[in-house]
Amino acid sequence: MRLIVTFILSFVFLFTVSQAKASPVDTYEFNDEVTKIRFQALSKELRCPKCQNQNLADSNSPIAADLRKELYELLQQGKADSEIVNFMVDRYGEFVLYRPRVSQLTYVLWFGPAVLILLGIIVVIVVVRRKPIDKKDLVLSKEQQDKLNNFLNDK
Amino acid sequence: MAKLIRFLPLILVIALGGVLYRGLSLNPQDMPSALVGKAMPAFSLKTLNKSDKLVTQADLQGDIVLVNVWATWCPTCKYEHPYLVDIAKDPQVKLYGLNYKDDRAAAQQWLKHYEDPYVFSIFDEEGTLGLDLGVYGAPETFVIDHHGVIRKRFAGAIDTRVWRREFEPLIAQLIEEKKEGK
Repeated sequence: MRLIVTFILSFVFLFTVSQAKASPVDTYEFNDEVTKIRFQALSKELRCPKCQNQNLADSNSPIAADLRKELYELLQQGKADSEIVNFMVDRYGEFVLYRPRVSQLTYVLWFGPAVLILLGIIVVIVVVRRKPIDKKDLVLSKEQQDKLNNFLNDK
Repeated sequence: MAKLIRFLPLILVIALGGVLYRGLSLNPQDMPSALVGKAMPAFSLKTLNKSDKLVTQADLQGDIVLVNVWATWCPTCKYEHPYLVDIAKDPQVKLYGLNYKDDRAAAQQWLKHYEDPYVFSIFDEEGTLGLDLGVYGAPETFVIDHHGVIRKRFAGAIDTRVWRREFEPLIAQLIEEKKEGK
């Protein structure tokens, strides 16, 4: 019994430790809870320019650490979220946004899925409402029936 | 018409395949800079060799300028260095260094050891100018025209091939523009 408990505990320990190592730990102090939440939200929204599939909160790269520091300082200066986002976009381009803004370049990205769904719905409606084949056309004419009978009897 | 519709899915799949195939050969690191077409950001920093000499963006203006972001911690910069020494011999461009988040003594040592191709190197220990330029690594090279407007940003090492392909046409164009007094 004791062995099992030790085993489980060591597993839990292993997990918590490795998780703590997985993302970088900064020791920024915030004056209020709201700024802290904004910091966390923004560092998840902004992408690390170097390691392209990680956000600032996730990344260990030096540039991500620099940008988190900059983000912290901008928040301390009392900048609004939109000002901070503009600050980053001015330097690193639209690329840093995980949710790109709606513009000519991103129309396909934003509206493509909706258009595809609409197209799919239209196709389904057209297919479903297509007239069923008229049963009368399936009746064989006299000659066809004779021919068929000939084949069937021809053994 | 009805026959054509039958082939529509095939055509669509081939088109999708084409798009995805094209995507395979694109470089995801190759990002357009947000600063192309904008003026060189304002800065006021010391130079690498003289810790008491302040330089600003005005010191770079008037010529066709290359600003090369480098650091001693960057192995690719070492690879690039001999090519920069060559480029610096061209009288039509001026090559400036931006020593990015580096140690002053180590950087000075590097230039002594490998030859200094730069008119001067801006010493950006904190990476503030780097941040304003949207630098996220080294080496990077910016081309700035005689009005002080950034015309190109290149991330990665310069060698003869890259220089011919990426820089020479633009430099020639800028020289033309300067001659015509645009």
